[in-house]
Amino acid sequence: MTAAVEFQSVSRHFGSTRAVDGVDLTIAEGAFFAMLGPSGSGKTTCLRLISGFEKPTGGVIRIFGQDVSDVPPNRRNVNTVFQDYALFPHMTVRDNVAYGLMVKGVDRRVRLERAEEMLALVKLPGFGDRRPGQLSGGQRQRVALARALVNEPRVLLLDEPLGALDLKLREAMQDELKALQKRLGITFVFVTHDQHEALSMADSLAVFNEGRIAQIGTPEDIYVRPQTRFVADFVGSSNVLPPEVTRTFGGPSAWASLRPEALRVVVPDGVALSGTVTALRYLGAGSRVTVALGGAEVAALVPSGQAVPTVGATVGLAFDPAALHVMGGEG
Amino acid sequence: MTSRPAILPERGLADRLTATFWRHPRLLLAVLLAPPLLWLGVVYLGSLSALLLQSFFSIDEFSGVVKQELTLKTYAELVRAQNLDIILRTLLMAALVTVASAIIAFPIAYYAARFARGRWKAVFYLGVMLPLWSSYLVKVYAWKLILAREGIVTWFADHIGAGPLMARALEEQWFGGSSLSTSPVGTFIVFVYIWMPYMILPMQAALERVPGSMLEASADLGATRAQTFRTVIFPLALPGIVAGSIFTFSLTLGDYIIPQIIGNSARFIGLAVYQFQGTAGNLPLAAAFAVVPIVIMLIYLAIAKRMGAFDAL
Repeated sequence: MTAAVEFQSVSRHFGSTRAVDGVDLTIAEGAFFAMLGPSGSGKTTCLRLISGFEKPTGGVIRIFGQDVSDVPPNRRNVNTVFQDYALFPHMTVRDNVAYGLMVKGVDRRVRLERAEEMLALVKLPGFGDRRPGQLSGGQRQRVALARALVNEPRVLLLDEPLGALDLKLREAMQDELKALQKRLGITFVFVTHDQHEALSMADSLAVFNEGRIAQIGTPEDIYVRPQTRFVADFVGSSNVLPPEVTRTFGGPSAWASLRPEALRVVVPDGVALSGTVTALRYLGAGSRVTVALGGAEVAALVPSGQAVPTVGATVGLAFDPAALHVMGGEG
Repeated sequence: MTSRPAILPERGLADRLTATFWRHPRLLLAVLLAPPLLWLGVVYLGSLSALLLQSFFSIDEFSGVVKQELTLKTYAELVRAQNLDIILRTLLMAALVTVASAIIAFPIAYYAARFARGRWKAVFYLGVMLPLWSSYLVKVYAWKLILAREGIVTWFADHIGAGPLMARALEEQWFGGSSLSTSPVGTFIVFVYIWMPYMILPMQAALERVPGSMLEASADLGATRAQTFRTVIFPLALPGIVAGSIFTFSLTLGDYIIPQIIGNSARFIGLAVYQFQGTAGNLPLAAAFAVVPIVIMLIYLAIAKRMGAFDAL
């Protein structure tokens, strides 16, 4: 099977800034792929390299096996949902959605019909006559989605698609995007800086750091078996233990990660690990307890309903040794 | 307990005024708006209506005295062949100047809005505004020299072997003359040059407001550059183009100096107004002539609004 998108040591340098630096990447057809990373990590530039708004300074990009080095954006069968939606303010919603067909010269009657179908698909039937300015943020996003899908692209790119929505809407949209992707079978590639979004939506994801890919894998791979300190730290605020602390926890002398939810706060009698509570954070579903021990600070998650220690109290820590993940890669 | 007060002491007049304006927000608005409203309402609109009134008077052909009774006689005179000729010539010139300015201004404004950053932006503003800092008359006379038979344009044309071609073009009855500086083409060139900044600046402001992602969205959806220009850039820049064209169009309609200095002395509306109110002493006809550009501009704005020029504002 050919990959939907393939990067072969792709770089994009802006002067001395290496926005993307030697990235190798394969995105399988039909995947829901996430590019996760902090701002400035190169994920958005990678997305723009696929759409053609950036040209690589090195390497080769293939879309369904074809080298797209010399193909301008308008001839790539790839469409984008922009972060600011970029709807055309002077056109009605219907004309916005039909735009891709209009520029291809599709007959007016046919394209307006298709636009109506797409609006129904994103659950905005009957909104065709409105202007983008009359819609809410969530509705605008759906229009942007319909407009990008009307061309039946082989890859759909989404640039921080849910960034501007409030929490409730965001969660509803996550489910909907996932269902839509399954139904249409189109390869979705989306960029986000939100770990939860990436983990909950993607089939596989790449974590970006400083223009390079730190790790690629399934959400579980990334969350449970981070290969670098950066990944462990960025994805899900894990405890990153330096070698000497790992030894205290019964592991080898190497960097390791330990999820806060794998740690239990227990009575400090007869346990190997004990320390002093230095901070508490209430999270709703539980409380995050920071414990100082042996010169390091580790966080443990106390599920709601269980007793939460007070700051300054001495507590013991227990954990399942299998949860301690020793990282092979340095960095 | 702390002794810091909950309400800070008043510090004199400035604080008292701030408090007054805070309690009565409309007062500040009134204070700010009164002077400009007085200026616009009384001085500007007042004199404009005096002018309008004047145009409904007529002049006694024997005594040359203005008869102060309302009549449409003066307007009837406007449509006489020689006067209609002036109006049509001015209208055609204004339209051509506007179109030419828009075409030349667009790439400059587009570059400034999309690509110029930092220092280059400053260079752009300076380059566009600099001509406005020198006297209008100096510029027009400078152009007279440039376009003269002994001027640099003719010299250059001769040098590259285009001299005979230019001479042939100038023989054309419709727009020719003995030299560029005494032909309607010359008048046109100078008009375009003089009003260009007024087209570039609003156009650049309009293009600046078009987000780059919108152009990318258009390309992303499959549009060619030409399609993006026609369906996205142009409609979104239209308010700016219309704003600019209002300047170039109305300034050309009313100008009376350039046609006097450059061209074949054919009369334009501005020149007609100038002559009728001055040497001829026919104030009603001058006023009627002055009403023409106002009416034309109103029609123009109505059409622009119809075309949706202000939809994207």
